[in-house]
Amino acid sequence: MPKTEGKLLNKDGVRIDGRKPTELRPTRIEVGVLSNADGSAYIEQGKNKILAAVYGPHEAHPKHLALPDRSLLRCRYHMAPFSVDERKSPAPSRRDIELSKVIREALEPSIFLEYYPRTSIDLFIEVLQAHGGTRCAGVTVASLALADGGIPLRDLTVACAAGKVEGQLVLDLNDDEDKMGEADVPLAYMPNLDAVTLLQMDGQLTIEEFEKAINLALEGCKQLYQLQKEALRTKYVTVKEEEVEEE
Amino acid sequence: MSMIVRVKQKQIAELMSTGRRLDGRDLNEYRQIGMEMGFVEKAEGSARVLLGKTEVLVGIKIEVGEPFPDTPSEGVLTVSAELVPLASPLFEPGPPNENAIELARVVDRGVRESKAIDLEKLCLEPGKRVLVVFIDVYVLNHDGNLIDASALAALAALVNAKMPKYEIEEGEIKVKPGYIPLPIRNHPIAVTFAKINGKLAIDPSLEEEQVMDARLTITIEKDGKICSIQKGETGHFSMEQVLQAAKIAREKAVDLRKLVAKA
Repeated sequence: MPKTEGKLLNKDGVRIDGRKPTELRPTRIEVGVLSNADGSAYIEQGKNKILAAVYGPHEAHPKHLALPDRSLLRCRYHMAPFSVDERKSPAPSRRDIELSKVIREALEPSIFLEYYPRTSIDLFIEVLQAHGGTRCAGVTVASLALADGGIPLRDLTVACAAGKVEGQLVLDLNDDEDKMGEADVPLAYMPNLDAVTLLQMDGQLTIEEFEKAINLALEGCKQLYQLQKEALRTKYVTVKEEEVEEE
Repeated sequence: MSMIVRVKQKQIAELMSTGRRLDGRDLNEYRQIGMEMGFVEKAEGSARVLLGKTEVLVGIKIEVGEPFPDTPSEGVLTVSAELVPLASPLFEPGPPNENAIELARVVDRGVRESKAIDLEKLCLEPGKRVLVVFIDVYVLNHDGNLIDASALAALAALVNAKMPKYEIEEGEIKVKPGYIPLPIRNHPIAVTFAKINGKLAIDPSLEEEQVMDARLTITIEKDGKICSIQKGETGHFSMEQVLQAAKIAREKAVDLRKLVAKA
Protein backbone atom coordinates (compact mmCIF):
# COMPACT_ATOMS: atom_id res chain seq x y z
CA MET A 1 0.00 0.00 0.00
CA PRO A 2 1.10 3.57 -0.67
CA LYS A 3 3.13 5.41 1.94
CA THR A 4 0.70 8.30 1.90
CA GLU A 5 -2.18 6.17 3.28
CA GLY A 6 -4.89 8.44 4.57
CA LYS A 7 -3.07 11.61 3.57
CA LEU A 8 -4.53 12.18 0.11
CA LEU A 9 -7.95 10.63 0.72
CA ASN A 10 -9.80 10.65 4.03
CA LYS A 11 -11.94 7.73 5.16
CA ASP A 12 -15.01 9.21 3.45
CA GLY A 13 -13.16 9.32 0.13
CA VAL A 14 -12.77 13.10 0.20
CA ARG A 15 -9.59 14.40 -1.42
CA ILE A 16 -6.89 16.60 0.06
CA ASP A 17 -8.52 19.74 -1.40
CA GLY A 18 -12.06 18.70 -0.42
CA ARG A 19 -13.14 17.28 -3.78
CA LYS A 20 -14.95 14.07 -4.56
CA PRO A 21 -12.94 11.54 -6.62
CA THR A 22 -14.64 12.41 -9.91
CA GLU A 23 -14.81 16.16 -9.40
CA LEU A 24 -12.87 18.74 -11.39
CA ARG A 25 -11.14 21.63 -9.66
CA PRO A 26 -13.05 24.92 -9.77
CA THR A 27 -12.24 26.30 -13.20
CA ARG A 28 -12.55 29.79 -14.63
CA ILE A 29 -11.72 30.55 -18.25
CA GLU A 30 -11.55 33.90 -20.00
CA VAL A 31 -11.00 34.57 -23.69
CA GLY A 32 -9.35 37.64 -25.26
CA VAL A 33 -7.28 38.89 -22.33
CA LEU A 34 -4.20 40.32 -24.09
CA SER A 35 -4.61 43.21 -26.50
CA ASN A 36 -1.37 42.73 -28.48
CA ALA A 37 -1.87 39.08 -29.30
CA ASP A 38 -3.95 37.91 -32.26
CA GLY A 39 -5.68 35.54 -29.89
CA SER A 40 -5.43 34.93 -26.16
CA ALA A 41 -7.02 33.18 -23.24
CA TYR A 42 -6.54 32.67 -19.51
CA ILE A 43 -7.40 29.75 -17.29
CA GLU A 44 -7.55 29.21 -13.57
CA GLN A 45 -7.99 25.57 -12.73
CA GLY A 46 -7.63 25.16 -8.99
CA LYS A 47 -4.44 27.04 -8.16
CA ASN A 48 -3.14 26.83 -11.74
CA LYS A 49 -3.01 30.21 -13.45
CA ILE A 50 -2.04 30.02 -17.10
CA LEU A 51 -2.01 32.53 -19.97
CA ALA A 52 -1.91 31.59 -23.64
CA ALA A 53 -1.34 33.86 -26.63
CA VAL A 54 -1.30 33.27 -30.38
CA TYR A 55 0.55 35.36 -32.93
CA GLY A 56 -0.12 34.66 -36.60
CA PRO A 57 -0.56 33.27 -39.11
CA HIS A 58 2.28 35.58 -40.11
CA GLU A 59 5.48 35.43 -42.11
CA ALA A 60 7.72 32.67 -40.78
CA HIS A 61 11.05 33.69 -39.25
CA PRO A 62 13.59 32.41 -40.06
CA LYS A 63 12.22 32.00 -43.58
CA HIS A 64 13.87 28.65 -44.28
CA LEU A 65 11.58 27.04 -41.71
CA ALA A 66 8.48 27.94 -43.73
CA LEU A 67 6.61 24.99 -45.22
CA PRO A 68 5.40 25.08 -48.85
CA ASP A 69 2.04 23.43 -48.20
CA ARG A 70 0.96 24.54 -44.73
CA SER A 71 1.59 26.82 -41.83
CA LEU A 72 4.32 26.03 -39.32
CA LEU A 73 2.94 25.66 -35.81
CA ARG A 74 5.37 26.57 -33.06
CA CYS A 75 4.66 26.20 -29.40
CA ARG A 76 6.49 27.36 -26.30
CA TYR A 77 5.37 26.09 -22.91
CA HIS A 78 7.14 28.08 -20.26
CA MET A 79 6.93 28.36 -16.49
CA ALA A 80 7.52 31.62 -14.66
CA PRO A 81 10.40 31.40 -12.15
CA PHE A 82 7.98 32.20 -9.30
CA SER A 83 5.30 29.73 -10.40
CA VAL A 84 6.54 26.86 -8.22
CA ASP A 85 7.76 26.39 -4.61
CA GLU A 86 11.44 26.61 -5.41
CA ARG A 87 12.45 29.22 -7.98
CA LYS A 88 12.68 27.68 -11.40
CA SER A 89 15.39 28.87 -13.74
CA PRO A 90 13.76 30.78 -16.61
CA ALA A 91 15.82 28.83 -19.16
CA PRO A 92 13.74 26.06 -20.77
CA SER A 93 14.24 22.76 -18.94
CA ARG A 94 14.13 19.35 -20.62
CA ARG A 95 10.63 19.00 -19.23
CA ASP A 96 9.58 22.31 -20.81
CA ILE A 97 10.97 21.22 -24.18
CA GLU A 98 9.14 17.89 -24.05
CA LEU A 99 5.89 19.54 -22.96
CA SER A 100 6.16 22.15 -25.72
CA LYS A 101 6.45 19.26 -28.18
CA VAL A 102 3.55 17.18 -26.89
CA ILE A 103 1.30 20.24 -26.56
CA ARG A 104 2.10 21.28 -30.13
CA GLU A 105 1.33 17.75 -31.30
CA ALA A 106 -1.91 17.77 -29.29
CA LEU A 107 -3.14 20.96 -30.96
CA GLU A 108 -1.83 20.49 -34.49
CA PRO A 109 -4.50 17.97 -35.60
CA SER A 110 -7.20 20.51 -34.76
CA ILE A 111 -5.89 23.32 -36.97
CA PHE A 112 -6.45 23.74 -40.71
CA LEU A 113 -2.76 24.52 -41.19
CA GLU A 114 -3.07 23.92 -44.94
CA TYR A 115 -5.04 27.15 -45.26
CA TYR A 116 -1.93 29.22 -44.57
CA PRO A 117 1.07 27.88 -46.52
CA ARG A 118 4.50 29.51 -45.94
CA THR A 119 3.39 31.19 -42.71
CA SER A 120 3.90 30.41 -39.04
CA ILE A 121 1.51 30.35 -36.11
CA ASP A 122 3.28 31.00 -32.83
CA LEU A 123 1.72 29.85 -29.63
CA PHE A 124 2.98 30.92 -26.23
CA ILE A 125 1.86 29.31 -22.98
CA GLU A 126 3.01 31.00 -19.79
CA VAL A 127 2.39 29.22 -16.52
CA LEU A 128 2.13 31.97 -13.91
CA GLN A 129 1.32 29.60 -11.08
CA ALA A 130 1.56 25.83 -11.22
CA HIS A 131 -0.31 23.32 -9.11
CA GLY A 132 -0.44 20.09 -11.07
CA GLY A 133 -1.90 19.37 -14.48
CA THR A 134 -0.42 22.39 -16.23
CA ARG A 135 0.14 20.60 -19.53
CA CYS A 136 -3.56 19.77 -19.71
CA ALA A 137 -4.73 23.22 -18.64
CA GLY A 138 -2.18 24.59 -21.13
CA VAL A 139 -3.76 22.65 -23.99
CA THR A 140 -7.28 23.69 -22.96
CA VAL A 141 -6.38 27.39 -22.77
CA ALA A 142 -4.16 27.37 -25.89
CA SER A 143 -6.95 25.91 -27.99
CA LEU A 144 -9.15 28.82 -26.93
CA ALA A 145 -6.42 31.30 -27.79
CA LEU A 146 -6.32 29.78 -31.29
CA ALA A 147 -10.08 30.09 -31.58
CA ASP A 148 -9.93 33.67 -30.31
CA GLY A 149 -7.28 34.41 -32.96
CA GLY A 150 -9.79 33.41 -35.64
CA ILE A 151 -7.73 30.42 -36.75
CA PRO A 152 -9.98 27.80 -38.38
CA LEU A 153 -10.24 24.71 -36.18
CA ARG A 154 -11.76 21.28 -36.74
CA ASP A 155 -12.78 21.29 -33.08
CA LEU A 156 -11.61 22.74 -29.80
CA THR A 157 -8.99 20.60 -28.10
CA VAL A 158 -9.53 20.00 -24.43
CA ALA A 159 -7.33 18.17 -21.96
CA CYS A 160 -7.69 16.67 -18.52
CA ALA A 161 -5.85 14.12 -16.43
CA ALA A 162 -7.10 11.20 -14.42
CA GLY A 163 -5.05 9.07 -12.09
CA LYS A 164 -4.88 6.93 -9.02
CA VAL A 165 -4.29 8.01 -5.43
CA GLU A 166 -4.32 5.58 -2.54
CA GLY A 167 -6.00 2.96 -4.70
CA GLN A 168 -8.82 5.26 -5.84
CA LEU A 169 -9.23 6.54 -9.41
CA VAL A 170 -9.53 10.32 -9.36
CA LEU A 171 -10.11 13.08 -11.88
CA ASP A 172 -7.95 16.17 -12.47
CA LEU A 173 -5.04 15.58 -10.09
CA ASN A 174 -3.56 18.50 -8.22
CA ASP A 175 0.14 18.86 -7.47
CA ASP A 176 0.11 16.82 -4.24
CA GLU A 177 -1.86 14.01 -5.84
CA ASP A 178 0.40 14.05 -8.88
CA LYS A 179 3.57 13.87 -6.79
CA MET A 180 2.45 11.40 -4.13
CA GLY A 181 -0.20 9.44 -6.05
CA GLU A 182 0.29 6.15 -7.85
CA ALA A 183 -0.47 7.15 -11.43
CA ASP A 184 -1.25 10.12 -13.66
CA VAL A 185 -2.77 9.92 -17.15
CA PRO A 186 -2.99 13.26 -18.98
CA LEU A 187 -5.18 13.11 -22.08
CA ALA A 188 -6.16 15.64 -24.76
CA TYR A 189 -9.21 15.11 -26.88
CA MET A 190 -11.29 16.59 -29.69
CA PRO A 191 -14.82 15.65 -28.60
CA ASN A 192 -16.53 16.04 -31.97
CA LEU A 193 -13.98 13.85 -33.72
CA ASP A 194 -13.42 11.26 -30.95
CA ALA A 195 -9.69 11.87 -31.40
CA VAL A 196 -7.10 11.45 -28.66
CA THR A 197 -4.29 13.86 -29.50
CA LEU A 198 -2.21 13.76 -26.34
CA LEU A 199 -1.76 10.73 -24.14
CA GLN A 200 0.89 10.16 -21.55
CA MET A 201 1.12 8.18 -18.40
CA ASP A 202 3.40 7.63 -15.49
CA GLY A 203 2.89 5.51 -12.43
CA GLN A 204 1.42 2.05 -12.25
CA LEU A 205 -1.92 0.87 -13.59
CA THR A 206 -3.30 -2.43 -14.76
CA ILE A 207 -4.87 -2.32 -18.21
CA GLU A 208 -8.32 -2.50 -16.61
CA GLU A 209 -7.53 0.47 -14.37
CA PHE A 210 -6.04 2.31 -17.32
CA GLU A 211 -9.26 1.85 -19.30
CA LYS A 212 -11.26 3.30 -16.41
CA ALA A 213 -8.78 6.16 -16.03
CA ILE A 214 -8.99 7.27 -19.67
CA ASN A 215 -12.77 7.10 -19.55
CA LEU A 216 -12.73 9.25 -16.42
CA ALA A 217 -10.34 11.73 -18.06
CA LEU A 218 -12.72 11.81 -21.00
CA GLU A 219 -15.60 12.79 -18.73
CA GLY A 220 -13.46 15.61 -17.36
CA CYS A 221 -12.66 16.72 -20.90
CA LYS A 222 -16.36 16.85 -21.75
CA GLN A 223 -17.10 19.08 -18.76
CA LEU A 224 -14.19 21.40 -19.56
CA TYR A 225 -15.33 21.51 -23.20
CA GLN A 226 -18.60 23.07 -22.03
CA LEU A 227 -16.62 25.68 -20.06
CA GLN A 228 -14.50 26.41 -23.13
CA LYS A 229 -17.57 27.01 -25.25
CA GLU A 230 -19.15 29.20 -22.56
CA ALA A 231 -15.98 31.28 -22.37
CA LEU A 232 -16.07 31.85 -26.13
CA ARG A 233 -19.76 32.76 -25.99
CA THR A 234 -19.12 35.16 -23.12
CA LYS A 235 -16.68 37.10 -25.23
CA TYR A 236 -18.30 36.90 -28.65
CA VAL A 237 -22.02 36.55 -28.07
CA THR A 238 -22.50 38.70 -24.97
CA VAL A 239 -20.71 41.69 -26.47
CA LYS A 240 -22.98 41.59 -29.50
CA GLU A 241 -26.10 41.64 -27.35
CA GLU A 242 -24.87 44.71 -25.51
CA GLU A 243 -24.21 46.50 -28.77
CA VAL A 244 -27.75 45.75 -29.92
CA GLU A 245 -29.13 47.25 -26.72
CA GLU A 246 -27.13 50.43 -27.19
CA GLU A 247 -28.54 51.08 -30.68
CA MET B 1 12.76 13.23 -47.00
CA SER B 2 14.33 11.26 -49.82
CA MET B 3 12.59 10.65 -53.13
CA ILE B 4 12.59 6.89 -52.63
CA VAL B 5 10.51 7.35 -49.51
CA ARG B 6 8.07 9.60 -51.37
CA VAL B 7 7.56 6.84 -53.93
CA LYS B 8 7.17 4.22 -51.23
CA GLN B 9 4.80 6.28 -49.10
CA LYS B 10 1.69 5.37 -51.00
CA GLN B 11 2.71 1.75 -51.20
CA ILE B 12 3.31 1.52 -47.45
CA ALA B 13 -0.06 3.09 -46.72
CA GLU B 14 -1.92 0.90 -49.20
CA LEU B 15 -0.30 -2.31 -47.98
CA MET B 16 -1.12 -1.35 -44.43
CA SER B 17 -4.85 -1.25 -45.19
CA THR B 18 -4.63 -4.95 -46.06
CA GLY B 19 -2.61 -5.68 -42.92
CA ARG B 20 0.72 -6.12 -44.70
CA ARG B 21 4.04 -4.30 -44.57
CA LEU B 22 6.76 -3.50 -47.06
CA ASP B 23 9.31 -5.75 -45.37
CA GLY B 24 6.85 -8.64 -45.15
CA ARG B 25 6.26 -8.42 -41.41
CA ASP B 26 2.90 -8.83 -39.71
CA LEU B 27 1.44 -5.76 -38.03
CA ASN B 28 2.40 -7.15 -34.62
CA GLU B 29 5.83 -8.47 -35.53
CA TYR B 30 9.13 -6.98 -34.38
CA ARG B 31 12.19 -6.87 -36.58
CA GLN B 32 15.02 -9.22 -35.64
CA ILE B 33 16.53 -8.23 -32.31
CA GLY B 34 20.20 -8.62 -31.43
CA MET B 35 21.74 -7.89 -28.08
CA GLU B 36 25.29 -7.73 -26.82
CA MET B 37 26.04 -7.06 -23.18
CA GLY B 38 29.14 -5.48 -21.73
CA PHE B 39 30.27 -3.93 -25.02
CA VAL B 40 32.06 -1.06 -23.27
CA GLU B 41 34.40 -2.31 -20.57
CA LYS B 42 35.04 1.14 -19.12
CA ALA B 43 31.35 1.57 -18.37
CA GLU B 44 29.82 0.08 -15.22
CA GLY B 45 27.19 -1.44 -17.46
CA SER B 46 26.55 -1.41 -21.20
CA ALA B 47 24.52 -3.05 -23.92
CA ARG B 48 24.31 -2.78 -27.67
CA VAL B 49 20.93 -3.52 -29.20
CA LEU B 50 20.10 -4.11 -32.84
CA LEU B 51 16.49 -3.77 -33.90
CA GLY B 52 16.59 -4.58 -37.59
CA LYS B 53 19.12 -2.03 -38.80
CA THR B 54 18.51 0.34 -35.90
CA GLU B 55 21.46 0.23 -33.55
CA VAL B 56 21.65 1.72 -30.07
CA LEU B 57 24.44 1.57 -27.51
CA VAL B 58 23.71 2.36 -23.89
CA GLY B 59 26.44 2.94 -21.36
CA ILE B 60 25.97 3.28 -17.63
CA LYS B 61 28.33 5.21 -15.39
CA ILE B 62 27.96 5.27 -11.62
CA GLU B 63 29.46 8.07 -9.56
CA VAL B 64 29.19 9.49 -6.07
CA GLY B 65 27.06 12.62 -5.88
CA GLU B 66 24.51 14.51 -3.83
CA PRO B 67 20.89 13.40 -3.41
CA PHE B 68 17.93 15.61 -4.30
CA PRO B 69 16.69 17.50 -1.22
CA ASP B 70 13.23 15.84 -1.41
CA THR B 71 14.68 12.31 -1.55
CA PRO B 72 17.71 12.50 0.78
CA SER B 73 18.11 8.75 1.19
CA GLU B 74 17.77 7.71 -2.44
CA GLY B 75 20.29 7.46 -5.24
CA VAL B 76 19.86 9.59 -8.35
CA LEU B 77 18.91 8.41 -11.83
CA THR B 78 19.55 10.51 -14.94
CA VAL B 79 18.95 9.55 -18.55
CA SER B 80 20.37 11.41 -21.55
CA ALA B 81 20.19 10.60 -25.23
CA GLU B 82 22.52 11.58 -28.04
CA LEU B 83 21.42 11.36 -31.65
CA VAL B 84 24.97 11.07 -32.94
CA PRO B 85 25.45 12.62 -36.42
CA LEU B 86 27.05 9.46 -37.77
CA ALA B 87 23.77 7.61 -37.18
CA SER B 88 21.67 9.36 -39.81
CA PRO B 89 21.74 12.18 -42.36
CA LEU B 90 18.81 13.59 -40.38
CA PHE B 91 20.96 14.15 -37.25
CA GLU B 92 23.05 17.26 -36.73
CA PRO B 93 25.74 18.06 -34.18
CA GLY B 94 24.77 20.32 -31.32
CA PRO B 95 22.87 20.24 -28.07
CA PRO B 96 20.03 17.68 -27.85
CA ASN B 97 16.97 18.76 -29.83
CA GLU B 98 13.39 18.03 -28.80
CA ASN B 99 13.49 14.55 -30.34
CA ALA B 100 16.56 13.57 -28.33
CA ILE B 101 15.03 15.05 -25.19
CA GLU B 102 11.76 13.21 -25.73
CA LEU B 103 13.63 9.94 -26.33
CA ALA B 104 15.63 10.37 -23.11
CA ARG B 105 12.57 11.30 -21.09
CA VAL B 106 10.50 8.36 -22.35
CA VAL B 107 13.31 5.92 -21.48
CA ASP B 108 13.71 7.70 -18.12
CA ARG B 109 10.01 7.40 -17.28
CA GLY B 110 9.97 3.67 -18.00
CA VAL B 111 12.92 3.01 -15.67
CA ARG B 112 11.80 5.50 -13.01
CA GLU B 113 8.09 4.72 -12.85
CA SER B 114 8.60 0.95 -12.77
CA LYS B 115 11.08 1.53 -9.92
CA ALA B 116 13.46 -0.69 -11.85
CA ILE B 117 16.43 0.44 -9.77
CA ASP B 118 16.17 0.13 -6.00
CA LEU B 119 17.38 3.69 -5.41
CA GLU B 120 17.24 3.37 -1.64
CA LYS B 121 20.09 0.86 -1.82
CA LEU B 122 22.24 3.52 -3.50
CA CYS B 123 22.38 5.76 -0.44
CA LEU B 124 25.80 6.09 1.21
CA GLU B 125 25.12 8.86 3.70
CA PRO B 126 21.53 10.21 3.90
CA GLY B 127 21.22 13.81 2.69
CA LYS B 128 24.89 13.98 1.78
CA ARG B 129 26.24 11.29 -0.48
CA VAL B 130 24.48 8.85 -2.75
CA LEU B 131 25.29 7.01 -5.95
CA VAL B 132 24.25 8.66 -9.20
CA VAL B 133 23.37 6.34 -12.08
CA PHE B 134 23.92 7.95 -15.48
CA ILE B 135 22.20 6.13 -18.33
CA ASP B 136 23.52 7.47 -21.63
CA VAL B 137 21.68 6.43 -24.78
CA TYR B 138 23.88 6.60 -27.87
CA VAL B 139 22.07 6.08 -31.15
CA LEU B 140 24.53 4.60 -33.68
CA ASN B 141 22.25 3.88 -36.63
CA HIS B 142 18.73 5.19 -37.11
CA ASP B 143 16.32 2.94 -38.95
CA GLY B 144 13.20 3.67 -36.94
CA ASN B 145 11.77 2.93 -33.50
CA LEU B 146 14.58 4.44 -31.47
CA ILE B 147 12.40 4.37 -28.35
CA ASP B 148 12.02 0.60 -28.10
CA ALA B 149 15.64 -0.04 -29.06
CA SER B 150 16.87 2.51 -26.49
CA ALA B 151 14.61 1.28 -23.69
CA LEU B 152 15.67 -2.31 -24.33
CA ALA B 153 19.36 -1.37 -24.41
CA ALA B 154 18.96 0.68 -21.23
CA LEU B 155 17.33 -2.25 -19.43
CA ALA B 156 19.95 -4.71 -20.70
CA ALA B 157 22.72 -2.35 -19.58
CA LEU B 158 21.15 -1.96 -16.13
CA VAL B 159 20.85 -5.71 -15.67
CA ASN B 160 24.46 -6.01 -16.76
CA ALA B 161 25.74 -3.17 -14.55
CA LYS B 162 28.10 -3.69 -11.62
CA MET B 163 28.83 -0.99 -9.11
CA PRO B 164 31.96 -0.51 -7.04
CA LYS B 165 31.71 -1.39 -3.34
CA TYR B 166 31.63 1.92 -1.54
CA GLU B 167 31.79 2.22 2.21
CA ILE B 168 31.84 5.17 4.56
CA GLU B 169 34.65 5.01 7.12
CA GLU B 170 35.03 7.94 9.52
CA GLY B 171 33.24 10.23 7.10
CA GLU B 172 35.47 9.26 4.18
CA ILE B 173 34.34 7.28 1.17
CA LYS B 174 36.37 4.13 0.72
CA VAL B 175 36.25 1.94 -2.36
CA LYS B 176 36.52 -1.70 -1.44
CA PRO B 177 37.83 -4.27 -3.89
CA GLY B 178 35.32 -6.05 -6.07
CA TYR B 179 31.97 -5.17 -7.56
CA ILE B 180 28.35 -5.87 -6.75
CA PRO B 181 25.40 -5.93 -9.17
CA LEU B 182 23.22 -2.83 -9.42
CA PRO B 183 20.01 -3.57 -7.46
CA ILE B 184 17.45 -4.12 -10.26
CA ARG B 185 13.95 -5.21 -9.26
CA ASN B 186 11.79 -4.55 -12.31
CA HIS B 187 12.13 -4.99 -16.08
CA PRO B 188 10.19 -2.29 -17.96
CA ILE B 189 9.69 -2.93 -21.68
CA ALA B 190 8.66 -0.22 -24.15
CA VAL B 191 6.42 -1.24 -27.05
CA THR B 192 5.85 1.32 -29.81
CA PHE B 193 3.13 1.46 -32.44
CA ALA B 194 2.83 3.61 -35.54
CA LYS B 195 -0.58 4.57 -36.87
CA ILE B 196 -0.50 4.39 -40.64
CA ASN B 197 -3.58 4.65 -42.80
CA GLY B 198 -5.78 4.02 -39.76
CA LYS B 199 -3.97 0.82 -38.73
CA LEU B 200 -1.51 0.17 -35.91
CA ALA B 201 1.86 -1.38 -36.72
CA ILE B 202 4.36 -2.41 -34.09
CA ASP B 203 8.07 -1.49 -34.24
CA PRO B 204 7.93 0.95 -37.19
CA SER B 205 10.92 1.13 -39.51
CA LEU B 206 12.27 4.54 -40.55
CA GLU B 207 10.31 4.41 -43.82
CA GLU B 208 7.16 3.64 -41.89
CA GLU B 209 7.87 6.41 -39.39
CA GLN B 210 8.13 8.87 -42.25
CA VAL B 211 4.60 7.91 -43.31
CA MET B 212 3.00 7.53 -39.88
CA ASP B 213 0.31 9.87 -38.60
CA ALA B 214 0.89 9.20 -34.93
CA ARG B 215 3.00 7.16 -32.58
CA LEU B 216 2.15 5.47 -29.29
CA THR B 217 4.61 3.98 -26.82
CA ILE B 218 3.38 1.85 -23.93
CA THR B 219 5.84 0.63 -21.31
CA ILE B 220 4.94 -2.55 -19.45
CA GLU B 221 6.34 -3.79 -16.15
CA LYS B 222 7.12 -7.39 -15.32
CA ASP B 223 3.71 -7.93 -13.65
CA GLY B 224 1.89 -6.75 -16.80
CA LYS B 225 0.97 -3.31 -15.48
CA ILE B 226 1.45 -0.19 -17.56
CA CYS B 227 4.06 2.18 -16.12
CA SER B 228 4.43 4.82 -18.82
CA ILE B 229 2.77 6.00 -22.01
CA GLN B 230 3.81 8.53 -24.60
CA LYS B 231 1.83 9.59 -27.65
CA GLY B 232 3.84 11.34 -30.33
CA GLU B 233 3.50 13.04 -33.72
CA THR B 234 0.63 15.10 -34.98
CA GLY B 235 -2.07 12.53 -35.67
CA HIS B 236 -4.61 11.11 -33.25
CA PHE B 237 -5.91 7.81 -31.89
CA SER B 238 -9.38 6.62 -31.02
CA MET B 239 -10.05 5.32 -27.51
CA GLU B 240 -10.46 1.79 -28.91
CA GLN B 241 -7.09 1.91 -30.61
CA VAL B 242 -5.39 2.99 -27.38
CA LEU B 243 -6.86 0.04 -25.47
CA GLN B 244 -6.11 -2.38 -28.28
CA ALA B 245 -2.49 -1.19 -28.29
CA ALA B 246 -2.22 -1.60 -24.52
CA LYS B 247 -3.33 -5.23 -24.74
CA ILE B 248 -0.94 -6.05 -27.59
CA ALA B 249 1.90 -4.32 -25.73
CA ARG B 250 1.27 -6.47 -22.67
CA GLU B 251 1.67 -9.64 -24.77
CA LYS B 252 4.71 -8.45 -26.69
CA ALA B 253 6.52 -7.27 -23.56
CA VAL B 254 6.67 -10.85 -22.30
CA ASP B 255 8.71 -11.99 -25.33
CA LEU B 256 11.03 -8.99 -25.26
CA ARG B 257 11.69 -9.41 -21.53
CA LYS B 258 12.81 -13.00 -22.15
CA LEU B 259 15.50 -11.72 -24.52
CA VAL B 260 16.99 -9.57 -21.75
CA ALA B 261 16.92 -12.47 -19.31
CA LYS B 262 18.67 -14.76 -21.83
CA ALA B 263 21.39 -12.37 -22.92
